[in-house]
Amino acid sequence: MKFSCLSKGGGFHFPPCHMLNFCGVRILLDCPLDLSALTVFSPVPTGYNALSEEGISFSPAHDYLGSEDESQKREKIQKLPDSKSLIFAEPWYKTVKNLHLWNVSFIDVILISSPMGMLGLPFLTRTKGFSAKIYVTEAAARLGQLMMEDLVSMHSELRQFYGPEDSNFPTWLRQEELEMLSPELREVVQGKDGVELGGWMPMYSAADVKDCALKVQTLKFAEAACYNGALVIKAFSSGVEIGSCNWILNGPTGDIAYLSSSSFISAHAMNFDYNRLKGTHMLIYSDFSSLSATQDIEDEDSASASTVNQLSSLSPQELAKFFLNPDENLEEKEKLVFICSCAIECVREGGSVLIPINRLETLLQLLEQMTASLESSAMKVPVYIISSVAEELLAFLNVIPEWLSEYRQERLFAGEPLFAHVGLMKEKKLHVVPAIHSHKLLTNWREPCIVFTPHWSLRLGPAVHLLRRWCGDPNSLLILEDTLNPELALLPFKPIAMKVLQCAFPFGIKLKKVQPLLKTLEPKIVLFPEELRSQSCFSSASSFSVLHYTEAETLHVSCQKDSSELKIATELASQFHWRKLKGDINVARLKGDLLMEHGKHHLLLENEQENSLKNRPMQYWGSLDAEKLLAELSKMGIKASLEHCMGDTESQTVCLVHVQEPQRALIEVGTTSTVITAANETAASAIFEAIDKILDGV
Amino acid sequence: MAIECLVLGAGQEVGKSCVIVTINGKRIMFDCGMHMGYLDHRRYPDFSLISKSGDFDNALTCIIITHFHLDHVGALPYFTEVCGYRGPVYMTYPTKALAPLMLEDYRKVMVDRRGEQEQFTADHIAKCMKKVIPVDLRQSVQVDEDLEIRAYYAGHVIGAAMFYAKVGDAEMVYTGDYNMTPDRHLGAAQIDRLRIDLLITESTYATTIRDSKYSREREFLKAVYKCVSGGGKVLIPTFALGRAQELCILLDDYWERMNLKVPIYFSAGLTIQANMYYKMLINWTSQKIKDTYSTHNPFDFKNVHNFERSMIDAPGPCVLFATPGMISGGFSLEVFKHWAPSEKNLVTLPGYCVAGTIGHKLMSGKVTKIDLDQDTQIDVRCQVHQLAFSPHTDSKGIMDLVKFLSPKHVILVHGEKPKMASLKEKIHSELGIQCYDPANNETISIPSSLYVKARTSSTFIRSCQNPNFKFQKCSSVDRSDSSLKNRNFMTQLQVNDERIAEGILVLEKSKKAKTVHQDELSHMLGEKKHEVQFAYCCPVHIVDSMDSFNDRNPWLQLLHSKLHSEISDENVQNFGEHLQVESFHVSLCLKDKCPHRIQEISQNINNRVYFCCIWSAVDDKLAWKIISVIENLSL
Repeated sequence: MKFSCLSKGGGFHFPPCHMLNFCGVRILLDCPLDLSALTVFSPVPTGYNALSEEGISFSPAHDYLGSEDESQKREKIQKLPDSKSLIFAEPWYKTVKNLHLWNVSFIDVILISSPMGMLGLPFLTRTKGFSAKIYVTEAAARLGQLMMEDLVSMHSELRQFYGPEDSNFPTWLRQEELEMLSPELREVVQGKDGVELGGWMPMYSAADVKDCALKVQTLKFAEAACYNGALVIKAFSSGVEIGSCNWILNGPTGDIAYLSSSSFISAHAMNFDYNRLKGTHMLIYSDFSSLSATQDIEDEDSASASTVNQLSSLSPQELAKFFLNPDENLEEKEKLVFICSCAIECVREGGSVLIPINRLETLLQLLEQMTASLESSAMKVPVYIISSVAEELLAFLNVIPEWLSEYRQERLFAGEPLFAHVGLMKEKKLHVVPAIHSHKLLTNWREPCIVFTPHWSLRLGPAVHLLRRWCGDPNSLLILEDTLNPELALLPFKPIAMKVLQCAFPFGIKLKKVQPLLKTLEPKIVLFPEELRSQSCFSSASSFSVLHYTEAETLHVSCQKDSSELKIATELASQFHWRKLKGDINVARLKGDLLMEHGKHHLLLENEQENSLKNRPMQYWGSLDAEKLLAELSKMGIKASLEHCMGDTESQTVCLVHVQEPQRALIEVGTTSTVITAANETAASAIFEAIDKILDGV
Repeated sequence: MAIECLVLGAGQEVGKSCVIVTINGKRIMFDCGMHMGYLDHRRYPDFSLISKSGDFDNALTCIIITHFHLDHVGALPYFTEVCGYRGPVYMTYPTKALAPLMLEDYRKVMVDRRGEQEQFTADHIAKCMKKVIPVDLRQSVQVDEDLEIRAYYAGHVIGAAMFYAKVGDAEMVYTGDYNMTPDRHLGAAQIDRLRIDLLITESTYATTIRDSKYSREREFLKAVYKCVSGGGKVLIPTFALGRAQELCILLDDYWERMNLKVPIYFSAGLTIQANMYYKMLINWTSQKIKDTYSTHNPFDFKNVHNFERSMIDAPGPCVLFATPGMISGGFSLEVFKHWAPSEKNLVTLPGYCVAGTIGHKLMSGKVTKIDLDQDTQIDVRCQVHQLAFSPHTDSKGIMDLVKFLSPKHVILVHGEKPKMASLKEKIHSELGIQCYDPANNETISIPSSLYVKARTSSTFIRSCQNPNFKFQKCSSVDRSDSSLKNRNFMTQLQVNDERIAEGILVLEKSKKAKTVHQDELSHMLGEKKHEVQFAYCCPVHIVDSMDSFNDRNPWLQLLHSKLHSEISDENVQNFGEHLQVESFHVSLCLKDKCPHRIQEISQNINNRVYFCCIWSAVDDKLAWKIISVIENLSL
């Protein structure tokens, strides 16, 4: 087995990406996009202003303007970046650069663990020669498709503004242009050592997304998909997002669990089903969430060593309680309540609230909490969701009880809508519109209001326009997801008077739970990220061995079994002709149809039964005792005499047995061979029978 | 090993489906239904046959319910709450959501209207449903370490599923009720090609073959339209779920197209509430409906309203869906009493009514009077329309499924005895599959498959996967058509790739059995191979004496062409010095004294040539065949 980490990703929206070679099958795990890199581009410029502003150009003619402009630009680099230093061009999208080192047509299987892990998929599926089988859970596939469609639709606004590209190679990607960028921006564009430049791709089209969706094979949780009969693939809920999952791969040479980012506490998604990941030979730990999280590591560390020891004696129920720590849940709840109280405060003062968010889990939680808070404070403020796919998304959420948490499922069994938004829309408390310019919004629009809208990068979608509208209003509030670089994200909207509330919504497995979890899952080998080595040292006493992996390096792990299992049908087994050999060994010749089914070899009875199992052995070994042969022959009424050969080393013949009666025949006995010479079949087979009794064979 | 099948219900009848299957020590109850036609102890399966002592928790591993119809789930609350079974119960999400509605509806009919003593309370139903573990389609559910179950789409009603169960090497499928053709709101049954020992299938329409459904739907719409346009009232007695939604989609669509204003009613809130569930369970309906839900949920009926009891005698035409179906009591009976005497009105009945219900009486011929009880008699003057479409598969569908799965054994349940017997015969004669139709409380035992497990060397697996090309010259079948033969000259070489899985199973004391390739064996045993061969130097008389020493090859060439025509199905290879067929090796023997020359020849040596043959034991048969050719050779 070979494992290469192509990218460790970054945060919730950019999951890791790996390549795995298992049982001869090349598997790509996730295909995400790094949407945080969008921040180097300017959001769609505001019409007239943008055109008239000096130093900003999106025409290629700019390149030839010469030195006077150059100096101006040089100056710009020295200063801290401002809104003008962003790239004014149709944005490109940053894919996993290491993925480009692989020939796409050699990938056999792609496993998508979450809707976020699917965003880069159209780049692969549209490639010529692409033939991989893509497995995604049904819910993740639908959500992923909606996210991609939304992305394409938001992008089209920018494409319309900039017009069609002149060449396949945009100006901003040229070396001289890159040098003009501020160091901060340059690092985003080309990475620390300039190697990430190759990952940039122009946006895929709506047709590419549609085509991609058609090539996807959807699965239910715990459905066994069989690739080529050899590899059994199953998805189990990871709890991070609706439909997101971890994987179990079962092949003829062993089994692997792939543990992506997982959440013990999920608001709406089905719970993290860690019990089904138990007992595999190898586990690939791929939850990098604690890297981006701002946890108090020291505190965690000291706790973890002692907790692991305590935990070993816990029962499964007690363990579950530890994992589903209600305190953390409470903490999350409190955070939501706090955000909502801030929003209400703001609305009360006449300001509006903008929530640019794409995390479905958080969005739904906030939506329900927000409307409940509004209700309780008796405020009549409209709530809008503006997104090209919002209507479809909300309709979809209400028809997928099988993918939701037990709490939501209970609502199905009670005959209530799964989510509150169904009622809210009916009561006209919640307005769902596809775009900021849609008629339904224009006729309904009232401020102050609360608006949920994509995109969290603040570069695409309705959020840009609303932010421009409200950024100067000190009474308004922007609720921002915890991004890597909020300064950069807000750059084009400066100066900002509106309040900004930045919140971290944690996801993934908390560091202190890593060791207890791995202990529970009982794998033999764990592949663990090198980056997390310092934060979680495994005691030598742990039941599994740990191999650390780093980005862009390949790890070889030897297979679990050298010989795999064969299942032989009883119908076939009952026909065996056993032969007993020396040392209590029994052997039987077998012949049948070999079949690979569900990762196991089966040997079945052949359809055409042409008496395939001959009673006569086909292979012998050892040496033939001539005296014994004579005795055996005489028992059968065959008279023979023995003649020893001397020194005839060349033929290796030890002796000759001359048969006189009933028919003349000759048996040449050698050390490793015997030749029977007889004039007809009956005579030959009689002698053969005698030899068969003496020699070991099968 | 054997699979044991105890049929507690639906054996040679329709009603109270319940089959107990024992596989490799696990015991599964498939369905736990009640019989609508009986009011005494016969309405429930005889649970005492499962366990005399009543310790059902140890007697059963789990219960699987295929769909929410009462003849499949009706006895469940009684079994879990009154009989005290506390083990796991599995059903699909829609079944778990909708079964309590059906049960509660039935309980109300029994208690409130018939005044019967209740068999289980509303609380019992709620408690019972709490124990149910919902499953999704195709999900493999591990009931315990050995028992794995999986649901497949059955199409009969929303959430209906066929269940696959596997314990060890024994595998089986229980279909419940299913439909092999899609209808207005549901898709057709879907299942993987499984390797199963036993298929237990319903056989409601064991002998019926239905044609297209559209003409029957049109018939129904025409009958309804004729009635309402004549000012009549249409009563559609249905159960709240399933048929009601299908007909409603049909009518709603028709009303829209024809721009009809005649009201369509649902009795009580039940069906309206049921539609609420249908809206959330849209993923379990047909693809056509699924595709439209995001813009308009097809279960938001535009023309459908609630019905009040006071409206029964209101003037004017209307269409009313009333529960329960088959007019077995309750509200549909109440309305029937009022509407039946008018010839303007219409009653539509589903394709199947259980014996003992009014629906069954209406269907069995021209009825003018129905005795409800000793005191009440109903004049029946209204028209009766029988719906000719049913959510059950027809006989062709059953045969298709059996053929598709090709199980080793089939057990028929849920059908009428004489029809089942003829289907049984058909399955046996046409498909060559052993088939049974046990009566209630009968047990059938069938052998189940078992695999012997062995480790295997990678050399063996590789050798099995080696291509094994066989080039065969096929003689043209149609010799008379010479022109065609010439044209197809190039295609006369046939290439077969029949891979052979051949190896040796080694059983050593206190070691797991292992499969190896035969070349590995001698190494394993630490002994050298010993080859046993046959040889024979065959004399052939030469008629035409020619100088054999100068030109010896013509004889071998002659032999080659002879062999080529005589043993045409084998590949005779010519190496110049010798010929070879499989391991058989023949060359011209020039020695004066060959050890393989057995017969003493006294005659002139010049009149003979010798073909020296040597072969290994495997090709014994072939060798002697060739030798006989050589011996009869005249050169």
